[in-house]
Amino acid sequence: MGVNRRKFLKIAGLSTFLGLGGKTAFELLAPGKLEAALPIMAGKRWAMVIDMRRMNEETIAKCQEACHREHNIPDLGDPKVEIKWIWAEEFEHAFPDQENEYIPEKVKHKNVMLLCNHCSNPPCCRVCPTGATWQREDGIVMMDWHRCIGCRFCMAGCPYGSRSFNWGDPRKAPKDLNPDFPTNREFPTRSKGVVEKCTFCDERLAKGQLPACVEAADKMGKDLVIFGDLADPESNVRQALSKHYAIRRKPELGTSPNVYYII
Amino acid sequence: MYDGGKIIVGLIVCLAFFMSPFIYDAGKAAKAPDPELTPKAKEAKECVMDTSYMKTSHMHLLDKWRNTVVRDGERYHKNTGNGKVYYKSLQVTCLDCHSNKSKFCDQCHDYMGIDPYCWDCHIEPEEKK
Repeated sequence: MGVNRRKFLKIAGLSTFLGLGGKTAFELLAPGKLEAALPIMAGKRWAMVIDMRRMNEETIAKCQEACHREHNIPDLGDPKVEIKWIWAEEFEHAFPDQENEYIPEKVKHKNVMLLCNHCSNPPCCRVCPTGATWQREDGIVMMDWHRCIGCRFCMAGCPYGSRSFNWGDPRKAPKDLNPDFPTNREFPTRSKGVVEKCTFCDERLAKGQLPACVEAADKMGKDLVIFGDLADPESNVRQALSKHYAIRRKPELGTSPNVYYII
Repeated sequence: MYDGGKIIVGLIVCLAFFMSPFIYDAGKAAKAPDPELTPKAKEAKECVMDTSYMKTSHMHLLDKWRNTVVRDGERYHKNTGNGKVYYKSLQVTCLDCHSNKSKFCDQCHDYMGIDPYCWDCHIEPEEKK
């Protein structure tokens, strides 16, 4: 996408030197020309709005299954070593800061679909010593598994428990629980000693597709889970947020999460 | 020289031990690799870059790809020769044509004694035996 400072200076210096100045430099520096002609979902601040009023255990499980099959996440059969990109948690555990003692029972014990919040101010990125996790220009908190050294600082930094560590090789997951693993031969698995989490399906956005969980949710009901660009006032997510009251997980920590829940 | 006989015998034994791999393999040159193209790869005629570049520098291209794809979100590659656009992916694009990994990739890598760790994560194509 962008051109870093070093590259910019190199190109600018070279083009000035050659006396080509204006047009050539402009052409060389125009980023993503190739990408611009292709069907790519582009945004400035990706966000998700989950309508918890209409979600239940079954719909959450379907979204989770779609995600985990898409990204070759095995069922390891042991909660101590589990890998999760999407998971379910009771409302009172997902939102411990909602200090109303007398919320309706059915809300209190309702399961909430949780995933990485792709915070605008992500603590995980600040603590990563190798730059293996960072925030992209479109707001996605991305992971580079080539660079992760498995120090797990990010797991300590994330206040939402969105990150999982591969204690073993995922390809050695029990065969009886994962008969058709790897489920998506177009996506890699991870290796032992690497941290992983949801990436808002950046590889699907690059092909102009919606994230796998959103696609799965769309099959179960309209606008159950919606995905869009918060920076665009006309976007579906902004429309939904202006129509309904929505909450976010632990906003008081200042991480500015980008996953919203309509309660 | 005290114990000269023992020292000389010892030296010969040591030398023979260290030379043993060379003596064992003497006269048996390892077969030079001859990467095989699948019918699909043959039909395509040209790879994502020209063949001579791919032969010498595919590792640099793949390294560049993995950095630009993951870190910069640049997922498409344009062949500077014929202008065709490719989706940058070892698993999806490269191995779609070169689906015979053992005959195309491994042969040379084994010959050169290198063991790239790409396959720890990237899934190999299923090959017919």
